Amino acid sequence: MDLLQTKGIEKQFLGVKALKGVDFSVKSGEIHALMGENGAGKSTLIKIITGVYPASAGTVYFNGKECKFRSPLDAEHAGISTVYQEVNLLPDLSVAENICIGREPRTKLGFIDKKERKVQARKALARLDIDINVGENLSSYSIAIQQLVAIARALDVDCKLLILDEPTSSLDENEVKELFKVMKKLREEGMAIIFITHFLDQVYEVSDRITILRDGQLVGSYDAKDLPRIEMVAKMIGKTPDEINQMQAGIVKNTKFGDVVYEAKNIGCTGTISPVDVSVRAGEQLGLAGLLGSGRSEIAQIIFGVDPHDSGTMTMCGKSVNFNSPQKAVKAKVALIAEDRKVTGIIPDLTIRENIILALQASNGMWKNMTLKQQEEMAEKYIKLLRIKTPSGEQLIKHLSGGNQQKVLIARWLATNPKLLILDEPTRGIDVGAKAEIEALTQQLCGEGMAVIFISSELEEVVRDCDRVIVLRDRKKVGEVAGEDISLKNVMKLIAG
Amino acid sequence: MNKTSNKFRHLVWPLVSLALLLLFNAIFTDNFFKIEIKKQDTVKEAVQLPSVPDELTVPAEEAAAQAEAAVEAPAEQTPAAQAPAEQQTPAKEDKGVSIFGYYLYGTPIDILNQGSKVMVLAIGMTLVIATGGIDISVGAVMAIAGAIAALLISLLDAGNCPGASMGPAFYWIIPVIAALALATLAGFWNGMLVAGFGIQPMVATLVLMVAGRGVAQLITDGQIITFDNPGLVFLCNGHALFLPFSVWIVVSMYVVAGLLTRKTALGLFIESVGNNERASRYAGIEARRIKWLTYVICGFCAGVAGLLAASNIKCADSNNAGLYLELDAILATVIGGTSMAGGRFFLSGSLVGAILIQTLTTTMYMKNVSPAIVAVPKAMVVIIVCLLQSPVFRAKVLSIFASKAAKGGVQ
Repeated sequence: MDLLQTKGIEKQFLGVKALKGVDFSVKSGEIHALMGENGAGKSTLIKIITGVYPASAGTVYFNGKECKFRSPLDAEHAGISTVYQEVNLLPDLSVAENICIGREPRTKLGFIDKKERKVQARKALARLDIDINVGENLSSYSIAIQQLVAIARALDVDCKLLILDEPTSSLDENEVKELFKVMKKLREEGMAIIFITHFLDQVYEVSDRITILRDGQLVGSYDAKDLPRIEMVAKMIGKTPDEINQMQAGIVKNTKFGDVVYEAKNIGCTGTISPVDVSVRAGEQLGLAGLLGSGRSEIAQIIFGVDPHDSGTMTMCGKSVNFNSPQKAVKAKVALIAEDRKVTGIIPDLTIRENIILALQASNGMWKNMTLKQQEEMAEKYIKLLRIKTPSGEQLIKHLSGGNQQKVLIARWLATNPKLLILDEPTRGIDVGAKAEIEALTQQLCGEGMAVIFISSELEEVVRDCDRVIVLRDRKKVGEVAGEDISLKNVMKLIAG
Repeated sequence: MNKTSNKFRHLVWPLVSLALLLLFNAIFTDNFFKIEIKKQDTVKEAVQLPSVPDELTVPAEEAAAQAEAAVEAPAEQTPAAQAPAEQQTPAKEDKGVSIFGYYLYGTPIDILNQGSKVMVLAIGMTLVIATGGIDISVGAVMAIAGAIAALLISLLDAGNCPGASMGPAFYWIIPVIAALALATLAGFWNGMLVAGFGIQPMVATLVLMVAGRGVAQLITDGQIITFDNPGLVFLCNGHALFLPFSVWIVVSMYVVAGLLTRKTALGLFIESVGNNERASRYAGIEARRIKWLTYVICGFCAGVAGLLAASNIKCADSNNAGLYLELDAILATVIGGTSMAGGRFFLSGSLVGAILIQTLTTTMYMKNVSPAIVAVPKAMVVIIVCLLQSPVFRAKVLSIFASKAAKGGVQ
């Protein structure tokens, strides 16, 4: 007997068919991975199951009954809890308030029972083996902890089906292990879990079954043990396993380096990052490796002028510069694709075209306006070049999937023709196909003489793509490896200390 | 085709509302659409007649309502306020500019003339709201602009000010420039508080909203300064090319604002900053400077509106000039389809919104609704317009009709 079953689910957005008749089912006591590329329809399917959107056609059965949830709260009451990709909590409230929001324990007089609330919150977190001060503001904890709090909140409801949409994308290895332990424990308790992730290893580590979507259609549901990894990838991107092997072998590092494009000596900021030297040559891809919070992103922010620095000097193409605002960095042809796409990247209500031309227009200033025709040509060019999936450049960027949004942001910066491109976690929350595309693209750009600084939590990527790697730990540079010495083992050794 | 229809979609509901209101007037208000071509001389005579002709009663009531607000204004001002400016201008000017000899006269024209203040305010307000801000000080800034203009003109009339030697036909330029400069400075101050120091827009502009009228009182020394300088009076009472001069001010300001925002990248930057300020900064836009600039523009618009208001009643009344007009400007912006959350903005929508509000006000006066309770029916119409614009509301109404139709089908 399936706990959740969908039959022929269809969904249309402004003329785009996001789902084309998806049948999908989950049993109690299983961890079911939902896989697919960006825009395959995973998030849309989840949002229909949990009542965020109504389905255009098709039915959802939960617990044997036909259900039409009108809101996530509706679904939650029925026993379906969701933790979304983005942390959807209230940063300025305490951890306890976040966990109990909407279902606060009451005293006899009807007031909120603050003591009981803390007890309940602590209990919910204890289930995940987390011990933190629940009275503190949520924002004072790392994103990883916030993610776990979101899961704790979901578990706190008496739930039968837990949906985890990319729960691990901001967690480090140990935290992921902790999470998996919890997931397995919940499975034994008889809970059904739908697990969405882009990390292929993780899928095989915990999942019992795997359902694959492609272009809004169901490819199939398989037992995890019967589906080899390469075949899963092949099904996701609609290519044969041989083709994929070729794609991965296709990455050839550029070896011809030019002059130093950017050099920073002793840059640092008290309390953020200890002084480090960073230099990158034309055609070179410099990797910044380290755990979450090791200072990788902080260096990128200082180089781009978003955050201030209180020590050190910078030179760009031999000239002394001082980037104390992004405008200066952009004018000097530096580009940063920052970590948090939603907050620091996209302008949601503007079109793809406007999002693409934005940085170029900003560096040109307001008086040198591009004509509509020029803008359309540029948007058209990059939509083709980066294979952005959209009916037209006039679509609002918020309607695109995460990976396509990321491509638009890359287009925004390529349009400025930068000399130094900084990519901070460009592959986070992106599927295999798009990842390979982005990796191939950065190599190509290096070949054309661009300097690239590449930041990623996935060490394999760093090792595969970079010509030199700076390793950071606890906001300090702890080592640097280059050329032949770059290997997973060496980098890990430096990270571990 | 699709693109153009999208471009004008925001205008549909305000225009529908305006059309309904005009239809109401066409049916229930006599002579609402009666427009006459008048020659200056005949109007002069008409006003001097003891019995006021029919079509003139409307503006008279308007002016009366305004005069009522201006408690200390002399009683003689009521007829004077609505009389055409040419009455005061020297005879030589009358003959000299014969192209101005004819003009249109009627309620629709009067709506445009009286609505000019809110239309001008709505330009600046739209840009400020598009950045996610708000400026509630524009009414007070109008009072300041009117006050400084009236003070300077009285000094010039008395010959106590440099520039008086130009003669009354030209020296009105000095107070106009001074008023606009001071209002722009007020906008600069607001921008500094909001963009420079990061104070919340509502709080930052509240400062000047409260203090501004005090500043205006200081300028005029607590007096209501009346003036009859032909140049200054011409702004809101004169006519050019068949229409009130104020209409041409509005038209030129919308054209300039449209060019400034759509033919440069300023519009894109404003929408970008209003939609996601942090991401805009990361894209290299000087977000703070853009926000600052919108407040400066808003201040300038308030200055123009202040001059129009003063010109209209030929005096600077620090207590009542532009009173509550910031609310009308915000309302016009919202009716026009610009979201209070910032992002996309529609100047044309704001213009329609401002006309809608003025039409409503004028309709009330023509229907003899007492000024004291005018706000109530006005509020009702505004709610209807806002509901029409709300997709949630429309979907609800449609679903009620749909379910009724479905039930009918079953039977």
